[in-house]
Amino acid sequence: MRLLVIARREFFAYFESIIGYVVVALFSALAAALFFLVGDVFFSYNQASLRHFFANMPMLIAVIAPAIAMRVWAEELRSGTVERLMTLPFSIGQLVVGKFLGVWAVFAVALGCTLLAPITVEMLGDLDWGPVIAAYVGTLFMAGAGLAICCFLSATTTNQIVAWMFGACVLLVFNLIHLLATAVFVPRWLAELSLNLDMSQHFNAMSRGVIDLSSIGFYIGVMVVALVANTLVLSSGRFR
Amino acid sequence: MAEQSKAVVQVKGLHKSYGDVHALRGLDLEVGAGQMLGFLGPNGAGKTTAIKIISGFIAADSGSASICGFDCESQSLDVKQVLGYLPENNPLYLEMRVVDALGFIAAAHGLSGVQRKDAIDRVVEQTQLQEVYWRQLRYCSKGFRQRVGLAQALLNDPQVLLLDEPTNGLDPLQVVEMRKLISGLRASKTVMITSHVLSEIEAVADRVVVLNHGVKVMDKNISDLADEQLLAVEFCCTEDKLREICQQAHATVEQIVEASKAGRCQALVKANNLAPELVANLAKAAVALNVDVAMLSPRGHSLEHEFRKICHDNGGKE
Repeated sequence: MRLLVIARREFFAYFESIIGYVVVALFSALAAALFFLVGDVFFSYNQASLRHFFANMPMLIAVIAPAIAMRVWAEELRSGTVERLMTLPFSIGQLVVGKFLGVWAVFAVALGCTLLAPITVEMLGDLDWGPVIAAYVGTLFMAGAGLAICCFLSATTTNQIVAWMFGACVLLVFNLIHLLATAVFVPRWLAELSLNLDMSQHFNAMSRGVIDLSSIGFYIGVMVVALVANTLVLSSGRFR
Repeated sequence: MAEQSKAVVQVKGLHKSYGDVHALRGLDLEVGAGQMLGFLGPNGAGKTTAIKIISGFIAADSGSASICGFDCESQSLDVKQVLGYLPENNPLYLEMRVVDALGFIAAAHGLSGVQRKDAIDRVVEQTQLQEVYWRQLRYCSKGFRQRVGLAQALLNDPQVLLLDEPTNGLDPLQVVEMRKLISGLRASKTVMITSHVLSEIEAVADRVVVLNHGVKVMDKNISDLADEQLLAVEFCCTEDKLREICQQAHATVEQIVEASKAGRCQALVKANNLAPELVANLAKAAVALNVDVAMLSPRGHSLEHEFRKICHDNGGKE
């Protein structure tokens, strides 16, 4: 399948330099540190549960997803390799989706490395794997939505740092927008909209082990919108 | 015009602007099968813009371009299947090894298994990349990187090859090697090659098109240019006297280069194939008119002269 040619190149491009290893190590280390060390949350609860591990995921993804996706288009545009890429027999849509799948796979590897946490918990107590698997699925979809947004933002600049900053800011907004609902002066419809658009709110149920199809649908919707926007930005030829 | 009846590349009324800058102003062009077309012009003439439109990388504001009957904009996927493209500055994924970079492009063209291996082996042989086959691109010399770029363009065995400044930044030895590689493609492919180095086009192309300010200002076969060679002459006389000598020798003065230096006059004279009798006639005429000959020197054919003249006439800068 043609998409996989692009996805595979994108995936291996991360691991041909040190960036991929750093991102994977950083994500795993931060996730473990926040769970086991910060605030002594895990040990003080004295439960074989990963709820607090997944509670940190929305904010972690807001930092890590832009770091993974920042180079996707920004580097192609800066180095000029986008010209080589776009004169290969792929449509722009195929390139966008292929690259997205590549970075999603990179995140999946990073997420896979955090499996050490549930394995450790399992060794310390009797872990219920059902909710853990559901939360991992939810994390993967939430990250997919975040990565799609960051891929789109990466196509709007030739500077990776700017792409990372854009991405981190937008994902933070998507994770904190529910706070609008707590404000007194906000109309009801806006409060509901802010709750519906908040990525962390959609993740709450899944972090407790419930696979919520409407939330999965929300993440898929965000991915589709972001990837279409990404395709449109590249088709507009702004950087060509 | 030196256009061929069976056109593989067809460009009609191509216009492209970047803001207020008009890069192309109604370019018309046809390139026949197996032809090697040299695309010449000073910087900013519109060569690269034309190549980018033909490759499908950018869209024209108006007009059309097609390759093998496929429209470069609406049928770009079909165009990309029959096209090999070496962009200006040859952008490469430097973190990749040569073998992986070739493998990626081959896979992008839908080649797999034995087909992919055969295609890679073929282009590695063609471009002599054996030495750096396993090397990361960032550790390859500029010459090898350029060869990798050419090899990538050849992987799908394209009918049409677009080479944008293929010798850009290469040292003289590498230029000669690249020129040999490109010449080796003669007849098997339709090639469009851009350059602002005249000698490069002369060495490899069958036909030359000169662009200036987005307009085609010259379109000739190289063989026709070869018939239009120039002779630099310098006599110890006035300009009028020099013209009289040329008239007697049946030579056409192309340009008076200098007419005041210590009573000497220097000119460029048209000399078809540098006919030896013309040199003799000029010398005889000078002697008959009692004028000393300071120089009679062949200047090769008139491409460089024409190029300078065209660009100068059109206000271009070289």
